[in-house]
Amino acid sequence: MKFMTLSNKNKLIALATCAVLISGCSDDDDDPMIVQEDAPAPVVMQTFDVTVTNLSANQPLSPVFIATHGADQSLWMAGAPASVAIEKLAEGGDSSDLTAISSLTHTVNGNGPIMPGMSETLTLSINEADVASISLATMLVNTNDAFAGVNNYDLTTMAVDDSSMMTLWVYDAGTEANSEAKGSMPGPADGGEGYNSVRDDVDFIHVHPGVISMYDGLADSVLTPSHRFDNPAISVKITRAQ
Amino acid sequence: MKRTLVSASVLAAGLISFSNVAAELEISVTNLTHGNHFTPLLIAAHDSANHLFQVGQMASPEIQKMAEGGDIADLDALVSSINGVTSANPAMGLLNAGASVSNVMLDTGDNDVLSIVAMVLPTNDAFVGLDNWVIPTEAGTYTIYVNAYDAGTEANDEIINGGGMSGVPGIPAAPGGDGGENATGVMDNATNSYVHVHPGVLGDTDPVGGASDLDSRIHRWLNPVAKVVVMVK
Repeated sequence: MKFMTLSNKNKLIALATCAVLISGCSDDDDDPMIVQEDAPAPVVMQTFDVTVTNLSANQPLSPVFIATHGADQSLWMAGAPASVAIEKLAEGGDSSDLTAISSLTHTVNGNGPIMPGMSETLTLSINEADVASISLATMLVNTNDAFAGVNNYDLTTMAVDDSSMMTLWVYDAGTEANSEAKGSMPGPADGGEGYNSVRDDVDFIHVHPGVISMYDGLADSVLTPSHRFDNPAISVKITRAQ
Repeated sequence: MKRTLVSASVLAAGLISFSNVAAELEISVTNLTHGNHFTPLLIAAHDSANHLFQVGQMASPEIQKMAEGGDIADLDALVSSINGVTSANPAMGLLNAGASVSNVMLDTGDNDVLSIVAMVLPTNDAFVGLDNWVIPTEAGTYTIYVNAYDAGTEANDEIINGGGMSGVPGIPAAPGGDGGENATGVMDNATNSYVHVHPGVLGDTDPVGGASDLDSRIHRWLNPVAKVVVMVK
């Protein structure tokens, strides 16, 4: 948006210059030079490398979703109900609705799940005029609706080669009861259901209280102690490469 | 060398004062857990090209020895071999829950990062770990909260059997005298052989049986498990 305003302004100045030149002199072979001046400025890109590491004991991460967007946008807000797009990610690891949000300037999806101890680096090249905020989300797949991510991190202050390292805690989307029951979780511990539109939990996003597991008194749970987690669950390193 | 001499003479003349590459640190460590001990701490300043451990990487044999049995001798020797400086066992033994060790002095020399490790006891292979904290060049007091990691080298069976040597299953001891016995063991076929954030211990409330010899009312924790205060002089 900013870029468009700027280029329009340049165009106006160029037109004005052109008008003065035209009125000030006879039209001979000066014209081609004026046309060249009127060409749009080259698009300057900024490139960011985002490395996500799974710090958990036994919670694979769904393919990571990363987006850039305006500073006034957030993918979620603690204390407020989750959007259906976040619900789909948190219950089923499905980022397609998030990717479809039209106001996001750029999106990128991970190539596959990130297993415990593993990392993945994804790269975003952003039109300089669009550089504002970045967000990231991924599901802890051996849970009912736990997710972790970055919510609206400011990229504008990053110079080339600057990097920012953050460790992140786990949220509960609040859209599905934490039953841990057979058939309710999409990860390898269960292989059960992902997204279900029914909201049978508190319906607001909160810091995840952790999973219980069958060993700890939740008789119906199919989870074992290693599926429990403490914060932080993922680390994210953002480096501006260009 | 030449620079050191120059700055020393400038300081002697009382013209300006600034901190050189070398830093004099005064460190304190507090055990923030409810009921776990830290085995002897290793506080090390070393070059940032090296790590004592890294999340997502396999633990070294030296880290394994520290995390499974609390033995920091090999790790201390390793840091010395890369020209690092250490304070080994500043608490002169175990650091109880809620206790602090203070006034640990460390002259870092040319080393630019600080790492701290100690085993969390009673656990199979949990350790409190600070990995390559960049030592500030500006004088001041800095506070760091530190997490507990799982070395990924031993299954968390939660059986107290004296097993503290590398590769030997089980927990060496519950120093508080609050562990159980005759546990059947926490069986979880998970295999994460990388250093990771510890999922926490399970425990149970049966001191003479059950799955775990740990007490779920005493031995659980949530991050952070340690507070480190560093005064850069």
